[in-house]
Amino acid sequence: MDVEAMGREAQKYVWEGAIPLQIHLHESEVTTLPHPSPALVLAPRMGYLPLLLPLLKPHFSSTLPPGVDTIWFEYKGLPLKWHIPTGVLFDLLCAEQERPWNLTVHFRGYPGNILTPCEGEDSVKWSFINSLKEAAYIVNGNCKNVMNMSQSDQVELWHSVLNGNMETYQRVSSKLKLEKVGDQYVGKPNSNLLKSRTNTGETDTGGPVKTDKCFTLRDAVKALLPELFVEKTLIDEEIPRIELEEESRAPSDDESNTRNEEDVEEKQGENVECCCPSDDAETKLKLVRIQGIEPKLEIPFSWVVNNLMNPEHFLHICVFVKVPQAKPLPHDR
Amino acid sequence: MDISSWDGTLSSSDFCLAAHAFTEKWKRINPVLPPWSWVPRPKSPWLASHEEDHDEKSHKGNEEPNCLGKDEYIDNATLVQSYRQDVRYFDFHIVYSASYRVPVLYFRTYSSDGQPLLLEDIEKELPGNSTNVLMESKWTFITQEEHPYLNRPWYKLHPCGTSEWMKLLFLTDPSLGGSQGVPVELYLSSWISMVGQAVGLKVPLEMFNKRKE
Repeated sequence: MDVEAMGREAQKYVWEGAIPLQIHLHESEVTTLPHPSPALVLAPRMGYLPLLLPLLKPHFSSTLPPGVDTIWFEYKGLPLKWHIPTGVLFDLLCAEQERPWNLTVHFRGYPGNILTPCEGEDSVKWSFINSLKEAAYIVNGNCKNVMNMSQSDQVELWHSVLNGNMETYQRVSSKLKLEKVGDQYVGKPNSNLLKSRTNTGETDTGGPVKTDKCFTLRDAVKALLPELFVEKTLIDEEIPRIELEEESRAPSDDESNTRNEEDVEEKQGENVECCCPSDDAETKLKLVRIQGIEPKLEIPFSWVVNNLMNPEHFLHICVFVKVPQAKPLPHDR
Repeated sequence: MDISSWDGTLSSSDFCLAAHAFTEKWKRINPVLPPWSWVPRPKSPWLASHEEDHDEKSHKGNEEPNCLGKDEYIDNATLVQSYRQDVRYFDFHIVYSASYRVPVLYFRTYSSDGQPLLLEDIEKELPGNSTNVLMESKWTFITQEEHPYLNRPWYKLHPCGTSEWMKLLFLTDPSLGGSQGVPVELYLSSWISMVGQAVGLKVPLEMFNKRKE
């Protein structure tokens, strides 16, 4: 199977991906006995938790106290950010990928000091379009294409996301002219790569770079989180980091090739027994998870971006990091 | 760089320059008003570090004007003054957006007991220049989103139109640079003169004095 076909397979896999959820109503909102059983729901990876309201409301409505519904979710006490795709939340918060994923739902008592307000599907749609605009701005230097989408296109696009319809999504989103990322290469720090800022539409396979070294997923994570990769042999291997200004963004401004935005989310991993010396920083990076997969870090980054990004044109990379265990402090009295 | 080919945006190092210039000027001109302060982005939370190694890639300024007492010379109609007895507190943060390459204004408002206040309550008391072109929703609208570093909901003035109107501002005001290129040090004063109006943040006129001192 050629690389293109593998890419399409990957996209299909991702679009059809779903997380089995076991959703429990918070006990403060249970007014009947016996307690309602948890709802079992398959939530699309590319979707968002508040969109599950139509599925959940009927299941719990008979037991809810009177009042207005403002749905929110929590996992082990952590209120979940509703504007983050379900799959990303799962990849990030559930290291062991428990299936079904046990969540608690609330219909009351929205924590407005912690979560931004969500008024149902419209809020989620707005957040999605807003992210898409941001991606468009980074890729094209303006959000015109998104802002000028016809009403019917916008509706169709949003519905394709709601329903997990990849073909429709790809058809409508192609009008936005958000170019796929071309193959990227890494040169020496003083290569033309740093100086040029290509226009939209140019792929950069014919770029000015002299070496064959492909820009891999590892290179990308390294660029975003350099502190995890402090290596002894910096001179030969170092990516041109000087131009990479933002830690939490892909080198989209500076490397002439990157087109899509990255959103790195980090979580503390547990300390792991390791036979490597503790100052070997390579071991700090425990895991990289994208769309539920742990891709080999050697994969060309352009492939990862083009095939594993979310519909709002952001690639979400979940990184698990080892932290040193805190030493118990001596008591002082 | 020539203004006519400028796209209205700012690199993060230019933002750094602009922010320092702005902070200095503000302190110099308004010693009475609460100052802006430069806060480096917090380091990755999981790494224990002993160095004072600040990441200077993106920053924020912080102001907490108290709307009673200190600000007697501020026009009633602009900075919020309440008919009621309670004091309104505003926190303003200017955060650099790497995506839009412009500064973004984040703010929150709360009463003296720490109770967060709603935008609707403030909007009634904002100045009556809603006819101001800036207030057109095409260029400026207020949303509630997560503060990029504080992980809490703050109000935000959406940045997607900023580069356009900044460019327009610099093109139409001959005292702003002109043939010498984009005067980065004036970027923030000019920017805040526009966005400040949307949120009732009064910017003293002396801030727009273009003479370099």
